[in-house]
Amino acid sequence: MAAQSKTAEPRTVAAPDQTPVRKGLRAVTGSVLAKRIGFYLVAGWAAITLNFLLPRLMPGDPASAVLLKMSELGPVSPQREAVIHRLFGGANSGPLWGQYVAYLGGLFRGDFGLSIAFYPTPVTEVVRSGFWWTVILVGTATVISFGIGTTLGVIAGWRPGRRFDSVASPLSIFIHSVPYFWIALIFVFVFAFKFGWLPLAGGAGRDVVPGFTAEFIGSAVQHAILPAATIVVTSISGWLIHMRNMMASVVNEDYVLLAQAKGLAPARVISGYAARNAILPSISGFAVSIGMVVGGSLLTEMVFNYPGLGSLLNQAILNLDYPLMQGLFLVISMTVLVINFIADSVYVLLDPRTREVS
Amino acid sequence: MRPDWLGALCRIVWPRNRKVAVGLVILLVLVAVAVVGPVLISMLLGQHAGELHAGGSLEPPSGRHWLGTTTAGEDVLAQLVTGTRTSLLVGLTGGAISTGLAVLLGVISGYSTGKTGAALTAFVNIFLVIPGLPLLIIIASYTQGRGGWIMVAVIIGLTSWPGGARVKRAQTLSLRNRDFVQAARYAGESKVRTVLFELVPHLAPLIASTFLFAVVSSIAAEAGLTFIGAGNPTTISWGTMIFWAQTQGALLSGAWWWFVPPGLCIALVGTAAGLINFGVDELSDPRLRGRRAGGRRKARQVPAAVVEAA
Repeated sequence: MAAQSKTAEPRTVAAPDQTPVRKGLRAVTGSVLAKRIGFYLVAGWAAITLNFLLPRLMPGDPASAVLLKMSELGPVSPQREAVIHRLFGGANSGPLWGQYVAYLGGLFRGDFGLSIAFYPTPVTEVVRSGFWWTVILVGTATVISFGIGTTLGVIAGWRPGRRFDSVASPLSIFIHSVPYFWIALIFVFVFAFKFGWLPLAGGAGRDVVPGFTAEFIGSAVQHAILPAATIVVTSISGWLIHMRNMMASVVNEDYVLLAQAKGLAPARVISGYAARNAILPSISGFAVSIGMVVGGSLLTEMVFNYPGLGSLLNQAILNLDYPLMQGLFLVISMTVLVINFIADSVYVLLDPRTREVS
Repeated sequence: MRPDWLGALCRIVWPRNRKVAVGLVILLVLVAVAVVGPVLISMLLGQHAGELHAGGSLEPPSGRHWLGTTTAGEDVLAQLVTGTRTSLLVGLTGGAISTGLAVLLGVISGYSTGKTGAALTAFVNIFLVIPGLPLLIIIASYTQGRGGWIMVAVIIGLTSWPGGARVKRAQTLSLRNRDFVQAARYAGESKVRTVLFELVPHLAPLIASTFLFAVVSSIAAEAGLTFIGAGNPTTISWGTMIFWAQTQGALLSGAWWWFVPPGLCIALVGTAAGLINFGVDELSDPRLRGRRAGGRRKARQVPAAVVEAA
């Protein structure tokens, strides 16, 4: 993190006074956004192709491993066998190019085969059951930790070397290095096992009927507190360190000094002049960070047996459920791409230079 | 009555920045543990990592078993020390591969113009937005733990380069039009020579810090991979220790001595790397040091030895 900020040139933009919304609207029709859309389409295609190529390049034969597993669970019809060969290749599946076309065709029909861990439920259905659990958990936790972490980073970086900074920065380096799942284990041990304040595992109480009832939502929130706290505590430090370093290099810029010399209130100088410029790299560095947060969250879910994509991935690994694994990888990487695209678009709105350069 | 040359040596090797010093000490201790630890433990305490029923099941820490025992009665301290060796080896191997790829792809994509540069840049950017850990998990589960820790380290190295490559690319872009690089180009130096002898030396501190972090993230990645069961559970590493502790219900037996130490060790390595990097950043960029601290002490140059050691 810190290594990346080193290369970032000091930002020297004065606080812009044009309305960003109007300029942003112009950018929507402009080529910047079109370029970004193109880029993310290519990235999505790369993820799909990777998913196609990996089982075919790996030593061993995933297709026959899957078929063996399936035959243990029940008779395998020729159609189902064909689906497995379309997804994973294997013997007698023809030239690679033909396989690729068939594979893409299957994807567009939304056909990912049957899950083995949850045989014979289709993969799409299994993935759908976990998707919103993860999106809501990780989304909420990320928004909270980005907010708190960035705010603390602003405070630490505004007066580098002072008391708050000298405690917060080394502490966050330490927390940043702690694996997510280990913090999760400690939290379970302390808060759920020792004190019994919060539930040990799961997404909601077993006896609660899912639905838009106060009881279910209350139970779900209660179950989400510990996993969310794990993600927030571990990911806060990354945002903090990043923001602290950018802030520390921005505070001596001329436009900040000028704002102070004009006699503006410190709060206004910090938020409107220093932090406004310092936050830009945090948003452009979102891609690397969000990937790490999502990865860590998947591991966190496994500890809590939370009914999201992470626990499904765990099930898939333990049961050698390659169809489910493929489906999960596709959904996770596509979701991360969409989030990145949104972050990119926000960046275009916030930084006028990205619109002018093009 | 210290001889003069010793003081001089200390002054050259010993970093002035406290953060760098603390980080280096932690790393050196861990490396020492990895190298001589297993032998030392078996000589002094008579404990071996793989030995079953060295003590009772889930004994709390005692004079005989300093960090208690596992459900199978293995000595946790002996496992931790052996795990240090494995985890550091995975970290160094994975870190080296990842850093090598990051330098190669970052420098070439930043230096070459035209189609090659554009294509490589797109390649790096695409892998930057595809989440690394899920990719790592998928590949690792296809290999099914074959090839032991080396295979795990190689896969980690092959999937963790994009972040480092982006930093190298950015730095190369800012260096490539500097006078000394242009001069080498006009003097008719070959591309390869210009890059290797003019550009790369200027990237050295950055490469060192990328390597440091690649080592740390490889160690963490191995732990995560093993924890979810996609690694090789028969090797003894910090990750497998936490994996077995979790699957054998250490949590619900209250056996904190089993899963707390390996996690702390992972955090310790990361903290050491973070402190060193933070300190080196402060030395090279006085603005990060803070007004007070910067005013009281004169800005000092970081000794070259430290940068290389990092």
